[in-house]
Order: sequence, then C-alpha cells, then structure tokens
Amino acid sequence: MLPKLFFGWFAFAIIALSVLVITRRNPVHSVMWMLLLFFQIASMYLFLNAEFIAAIQVIVYAGAILVLFLFVVLLLNLREELLANRFINAWPVGLVFAGAIFAGTLSAVVAFVPNFSGQYTVDVINRETHTKALGQLLYTDFLFPFEIASLILLIAIIGAIVLAKKRMRS
Amino acid sequence: MTGLFESIVAPGSLDYMINLVIMLVIILLKIAAVVAVALLHVAYATYFERKVIGHMQVRLGPREVGPLGLLQPFADGVKLFFKEDIIPADADKPLFYLAPVIFFVSALTSLSVLPFFDGFAVANINVGLLFLFAMSSLGAYGIVLSGWSSNSKFAFLGGLRSASQVISYEIAMGLSLVGVMMMAGSLNLSDIVRAQQHYPLGLFAVPQFLGFFVFVVAAFAETNRLPFDLPEAESELVAGYFTEYSGFRFALFFLGEYTGMLIMSAIASLCFLGGWGLPSFVTANVSIVAAKILGLFWFLAKVYAFMFFYYWVRATLPRYRYDQLMAIGWKLLIPLALANIVITGLVKIWVKGMV
Repeated sequence: MLPKLFFGWFAFAIIALSVLVITRRNPVHSVMWMLLLFFQIASMYLFLNAEFIAAIQVIVYAGAILVLFLFVVLLLNLREELLANRFINAWPVGLVFAGAIFAGTLSAVVAFVPNFSGQYTVDVINRETHTKALGQLLYTDFLFPFEIASLILLIAIIGAIVLAKKRMRS
Repeated sequence: MTGLFESIVAPGSLDYMINLVIMLVIILLKIAAVVAVALLHVAYATYFERKVIGHMQVRLGPREVGPLGLLQPFADGVKLFFKEDIIPADADKPLFYLAPVIFFVSALTSLSVLPFFDGFAVANINVGLLFLFAMSSLGAYGIVLSGWSSNSKFAFLGGLRSASQVISYEIAMGLSLVGVMMMAGSLNLSDIVRAQQHYPLGLFAVPQFLGFFVFVVAAFAETNRLPFDLPEAESELVAGYFTEYSGFRFALFFLGEYTGMLIMSAIASLCFLGGWGLPSFVTANVSIVAAKILGLFWFLAKVYAFMFFYYWVRATLPRYRYDQLMAIGWKLLIPLALANIVITGLVKIWVKGMV
C-alpha cells in the first residue's frame, strides 16, 4: 500500500511540475520548476533502491545541465519574452499527438507482464551497494553499449568545439 | 487507504510503529544537535578569521564586545537581525526571497552525511560523497538566482562569474576525490575513514598528494574564497551577487559561505587527513567511549587547521585575474586530477594484480 501511495505522489508531482514548467511565462521560473521536477525524479529513483542513479540525477541534471539552461535563459531579453505567446499556433496538433501516444501506451500497459527477475534482487543490491552492482554490470555485461554511449558523447564534444572554432575564424 | 489505516491500528504493528516514532525522534535530536553545534562553529569561525587576519596584519582584531571580544559574533548576529530588510524596486520577488534560502539550505544539508566520530552521522548513506557533490552543486542556484533576481548589474555579473567558477571547479573537485574513492573502494564517508587506517600515517594525503593538491585549490574556488573570490571582488563589483541583500537575507549568504568552508574542511579532513581515525596504539589503551571522544576532537582539530589555512591564504595571496582562474581550473587542475585517477588505477592493479 505504502509503495503505491509514494509512487502515486511522485507520478502526480512529476506531471504537475512538468505542466508548470511549460506554462510559466517567465523562463527563469520555468527552470526553477524543472529543478523541483528533477528532485522528484531523483526521489523516485531513491525509492526504487537506486541510490547511485538518484545522486547522479541530481549532480548531472540539476547541478550541471540545468545550470547551463539557466545561463542561456538569463541572457534572453525578458521583456520581449514576457510578451510572446507561450505556445505556437499549432499546439492543438501536438496535443492530439500526445493524447494518441498516451492512449497507445495505456492500451499496451494492460498487457504488461513482469519478466523473470535476474540475479540482482533488492537484497543483493542492498548488500553489495547499488554503486558496486551497477559498475560491475556496466563494465562486464554491458561494456559494448557503454562504450558506444561514451563515443557518442565524445563526438558531441568534438562537434561543439569544431562549431565554436569556425565561428571564431570568420 | 483502508489497508494503510488497518496497518496503523493493527495491534501487531504497534511495536513497529513505536520503534519508528522513537527512531524519528532520535534522528530529529541528532539533526538539532548537529545544526546547533555547526552554527555555533560558523559564528566563531568569523571571530577566528578576524582575529587571525588581524594578528597577521599586526592588528588586534575584535576585542571590545565581551572578554577578548568573544561575544562579537552574537553582537553581529543581533545587528543583522534587526536591520531593515530592503528589496530592490524591480526585483523578481519570489526568487529574491528564495535564493539565500537555497544557498544556505544546500550548505546545511551537506552536514547530514558527515561522520563526526566513529558511528555518528545523521544519515550514514552509501553514496555519502556523491550526496556532498550534489548539495554543493545546488549552491550555484542560490548564487545565480540572487544575482539575476536583484536586477542590478553588479549582482548579475557577480552571479554569472560565480556560477561559471563553481561549475568549472566542481569538475576538478569531483575528479580529485575519485582517487580517494578508488583507494577506499567505497563512497561511504565512514568507510573511507576506516580504509585510511591501513595506509602510512593513516592518511590518504600521502599516496593521493596530487588529488589533495587539486582538492585544496578547488575547495578554495568552490567556496568563493581568496585568492579566487572574483564573484565578490569589492573593487570591481561592490559585493558581487549579494550586493542588493540586507539584514537577515545577507546573513544567510554569510552563514552559507562559512558553512560551505566548514564542509570543505570536513571533507578534506575525512577524505585526505584521516578524519576521526586514531592510531592503534591509542585506541588499544583507552575505553571505546574515550576513543570516540578523542576521535571527535582529533577530527575537529584537523577541521580547524584547514580553516586556519583558509584564513592564512586570504591574508597572504592577492586575487587572481578571471581568465587565469579559468585557465587554472581547466588546463591545470582537471588534467592533473585525470592523471591522478589513471596513476591510482594502475598502482592499484599493480599491487593487487588483475582482479
């Protein structure tokens, strides 16, 4: 009962905060609601015994990425921003698509059957600590996807540097 | 809802509920004790700083209020509390109110995972070190928001400077502690302290001297202290991001900064200087309680020594230029920290063999 209650709260808070993020007129306020949203997501990870992911969620998303968002938003001209419309004219189309995806997911969830659970049960993770369990899996069984992901990030970094250099030369 | 209600009133779960309430009360008492003691330390850290810097500059420092000026922090606190609270005309009010609170709370929350002596931490969690990083990265929000919401050029520039500085040096600080994590094999701060007992002198600062150097420099920049206090450079920016704050909101920034220094000193003490770990010839000869009390004082002595180092540097070194600050962070500290990680990993494999 209690887990369901907690999950219900997190789900409600995440959706409510997402709506707040996209409906605020002031972009800085949007960013602050998003910060709260990230904390709700981190708490949900914590509730799922994933303490490492929860900490990384706060460090990477709240501590680094969102601060960069904030930087960009701070440099906007707020007076123009406050006058502009929140949504583009085609927003009903987006709403229809979102509703369709929601309906599709909902119909698929009914057929959901939990698969067999692997060797990592909650007890094993609590004994071994979540960080260690995650690290061991990432660097053995899932080494290849892990390396691909890091290569993609590296390409993005190099791409950003190349773009910045070109701008400087002209 | 009925299930929850039954589980609360069911007689079988009564003992469980009572235990839960007792546990909650104990945790609340621990929090109250830690916050009260930490704030008292913060108050006297300001007195300590003024005395130390005064004597280094051949002055006497505060000495009018109470014997030796010992009541000076309380006089300052009372003064700040009764000052008029001024809010700039075009300020973004909700964020202007929120910014000092975020700054102060993020500093204070970090206290919850610090083990002050063997077996005492408000929350002894597995990812203690990561929790500290998360909280210290949140402090940047308080700074950026205070700079932006004040609607003042000085505050805005100070806020931007500070945020980019904190973000840059956070990377170096995180990487410098990775070597410690690898040597201890854990992210739990108590485990890190215990792991240091097996090393010469009971310190990680000896084998991790590169990491320690990077950490110390990054800790100065992370707390916006001299020689990296460009966000509050008086000669350029009045007071930087908290220029427009007055009264108790200003005090919150002030307290947050000193709490941040206290936490950085505590991390240095726990992760590099052995924390509360006493040498075995001491622990073998005294009772467990006495060993814990001695450990607490041993830990605090290291924290005070690191705080003294903060003040010493402030009285000695001039301020860096902003581009120099960024160059040190990105071109010196981060490569050094990365090299430290590689060396630590190689030595660990070499000593233990491929596992």
